[in-house]
Amino acid sequence: MSSPFDFTLALGDDALIAAQRLGEWTSRAPEMEEDIALANIALDQLGAARLLLTYAGELEGAGRDEDALAYLRGDREFHNCLLVELPNGDFGVTMAKLFFLAAYQLPLYTALSGCADERLAAIGAKARKESAYHLDHASLWVKRLGDGTDESHRRMQDAVDQVWPYTQELFTADPAAPVDPATLRADFDAVVSAVLDEATLTRPADGWAPGGGRSGVHTEHLSYLLAEMQVLHRAHPGAKW
Amino acid sequence: MYGNDFAPPEDGPGGGLLGEVEAAEAALREAAARARRGGPAPDEDFAAYFADVIDADQKIEPRDWMPEAYRKTLIRQIAQHAHSEIIGMQPEGNWISRAPSLKRKAILLAKVQDEAGHGLYLYAAAETLGVSRDELVELLIDGRQKYSSIFNYPTLTWADVGAIGWLVDGAAIVNQVPLCRCSYGPYARAMIRVCKEESFHQRQGYEILHTLAHGTPEQKAMAQDAVDRWWYPSLAMFGPPDGDSTHSAQSMAWKIKRFSNDELRQRFVDMCVQQAEILGLTIPDPDLRWNEQRQAHDYTQPDYDELMQVIKGNGPCNRERMEHRRRAHSDGAWVREAAAAYAAKQRNKEKVAA
Repeated sequence: MSSPFDFTLALGDDALIAAQRLGEWTSRAPEMEEDIALANIALDQLGAARLLLTYAGELEGAGRDEDALAYLRGDREFHNCLLVELPNGDFGVTMAKLFFLAAYQLPLYTALSGCADERLAAIGAKARKESAYHLDHASLWVKRLGDGTDESHRRMQDAVDQVWPYTQELFTADPAAPVDPATLRADFDAVVSAVLDEATLTRPADGWAPGGGRSGVHTEHLSYLLAEMQVLHRAHPGAKW
Repeated sequence: MYGNDFAPPEDGPGGGLLGEVEAAEAALREAAARARRGGPAPDEDFAAYFADVIDADQKIEPRDWMPEAYRKTLIRQIAQHAHSEIIGMQPEGNWISRAPSLKRKAILLAKVQDEAGHGLYLYAAAETLGVSRDELVELLIDGRQKYSSIFNYPTLTWADVGAIGWLVDGAAIVNQVPLCRCSYGPYARAMIRVCKEESFHQRQGYEILHTLAHGTPEQKAMAQDAVDRWWYPSLAMFGPPDGDSTHSAQSMAWKIKRFSNDELRQRFVDMCVQQAEILGLTIPDPDLRWNEQRQAHDYTQPDYDELMQVIKGNGPCNRERMEHRRRAHSDGAWVREAAAAYAAKQRNKEKVAA
């Protein structure tokens, strides 16, 4: 069961790794407008990550700031869900990842905005507005791609099938946490079913449920992501930037 | 108002230039407020009317008659500028994933995003001249239109992100501030907005270099190395020397261009000298010195043969930059097709419902 520190750190890690992946799209998006939108969402995630990691550092009380937490931990010390660390794939896979993430983060941040911890409540109140936009943006693309051309339908269905198993980890029960993720499942299911239906996509059956992210056991991808993200910071110990 | 009269260090770079942008904006409003003649009379010579508007420092607007060569010159120039913003996302985007702090990562992401935004409104400005963005994007991808050669140099270290902000954005601003008074209204207005954001970017770049120059010996060396590599390519951004510049005279007469390449280059050098001193970094030019008589700095010219080579496609990164853009465009084709197909289906549904 997670302490407030573990919980805050995990949410911060989700946001940070999501931002890192979305940032990879810069100058590569299908349209210029989408380049701007993806950068916006990356910036929102990064902003939330900074607030959450800063607060996690304070809760821990060991003097670690946002950068110490982001740059000086190894992959086994990261507590993000596996969903966010998966490679971007094509634009359909990225939208599937973003759609499921936003459909989870929106009810999560909304619930957080009413929790007893004032700092988390303030972060939740700010982040939920951003999540609502992310969800809207990703939903529109899931519908456009699902109900667009034959090729886009095939790709979007593939993307949903590929990413779906990783959504189950998001809702692992944790009754001691400021918000128990298990309580978010109904909201998530309702949104996801409605959008997939409209997109003429099939919701995959629950089966294989990869997990481990929350306890620091990740996919092979995270270590590479961190190697790139941390390389410069770690090459100059103690330097200011 | 450049060089000697430069804003105090606490204001950072760009202070004086930003003032000029604001003055241009005020002049633009004034020109708009002055009663225009309301278009040529039915029997009036269009060319004479056009010349009158230029002479009176009024703006030509999309609905106005304009010489075909004026239109073409503007399309070429605005498109090239838009392409530069889009290609320019790559060298800096190269460091987003490795930015050394979360704050720097956020600033850099926002900066590269601004460049995409600049590209968008410059394409929109070009579209007012009767060309579509899709056509212009094709011209870039086919290599029939150019972008600024500066983006064909690699960003090898984090300090390059700082050097691009300070020198490349600095040179861009010096080039672009006079364009805020360009005779074509949509371009002038776009440039006012672009210059304000660029000025912010230049400060950020300067601040990165300042932090590095006052950091560890390795960081300072990294900063100096970046300035060493970016100085001459930045000087080359102002184009060939005045004697060799092909488009200048006509553009000056049309008030598209207001200062010569060499005038702007001099302005840039004078501006950078003091900023480099404050940074504690050395401009890599042993012959750089103040000339009392000219009231300007003497300096070594960039290698224009190298500039011509880079323009021809033989810079260090031309091939990569173009390949990256082409790939993004072709990888995105199925997404754009899907969006178009979806929109068409939605329109049909609305028709059926109506």
